[in-house]
Amino acid sequence: MTDTTGRRWHDMGGQEAGPVPMEGHDFALWEKRVDALMVLCSGKGHFTVDGLRRALEDMGEDAFEKHSYYERWIAAINQNLVEAGIYTLEELGMRMDEIARRGESYAEAQDD
Amino acid sequence: MAHDHHEHGLSPSGHPYRSDNDGPLTYWQRMEIAVRELLIEKGQLTPAEITAQIDAMDARSPANGATVVARAWTDPAFKSRLLENAAEASREMGFDIGPLHLIAVENTQDVHNLIVCTLCSCYPRNLLGLPPDWYKTRAYRSRAVIEPRKLLREFGVDLPASVTVRVHDSTADMRYIVLPARPEGTKHMSEADLAALVTRDSMIGTGLPRRP
Repeated sequence: MTDTTGRRWHDMGGQEAGPVPMEGHDFALWEKRVDALMVLCSGKGHFTVDGLRRALEDMGEDAFEKHSYYERWIAAINQNLVEAGIYTLEELGMRMDEIARRGESYAEAQDD
Repeated sequence: MAHDHHEHGLSPSGHPYRSDNDGPLTYWQRMEIAVRELLIEKGQLTPAEITAQIDAMDARSPANGATVVARAWTDPAFKSRLLENAAEASREMGFDIGPLHLIAVENTQDVHNLIVCTLCSCYPRNLLGLPPDWYKTRAYRSRAVIEPRKLLREFGVDLPASVTVRVHDSTADMRYIVLPARPEGTKHMSEADLAALVTRDSMIGTGLPRRP
């Protein structure tokens, strides 16, 4: 996590790296919802941007390489909401299991 | 993220649709649904608030920043207010900047500014919309501060050695936007026509405004 220079993995400035990958993508609905949850929950004072960053940075470099941006963001939001006592990990786990039984696609898994 | 998927078409903006728009439900998508439902059930959020926030974010695009730049090009008093306090000056034009500090940095004949967030992904999202994917990559974050001229050449911006390059590293509380230099030959153009010359990348510093 911390190399011999004392910097943590997310402190990337000045390191050697290859060409900038230029391909982009349009955000999927679930990604836009993650972004909205971040803005709304921090606006309501459930966490601060620093709380989110702490969760993101503690995930480590492995998560940065393996998971997409909004995957890491929903994990950080969730961690902060659990810590704030908004719901429990058990409630989250039960709900995620229930959602898995609703269908095989994101659209089918909505509760409506 | 691999982009080699098969027969997928391109979106209206010319990007490939990401596989998670139509693929099997993922663990992280289940987490998003669960978090959202729990927040709603516990009375913390309403579905309408979430929809309104998505609409507000969707409505933000580099066109917003471009109108601010065009105003600064045509109104010297506004330009000095923008350079003094970019958040206040942008609010004056009706843009919701939120609580963050926003600093406009001016490109001139002698100085070229570039913005980056080496630690994460901080970006003037309230004026430009969500950042492009490359802004969040390791390569951009690493190299912008150590070899900006080489990086800029990859973006098609080849600056003479006489131009000073200044790189601004954003933080969660402090965002930057580049005020590009007004192109030559635009003296008689209207503010609206000028705004059409202002690209997203010209406000990040990885590009220059279009020529008229």
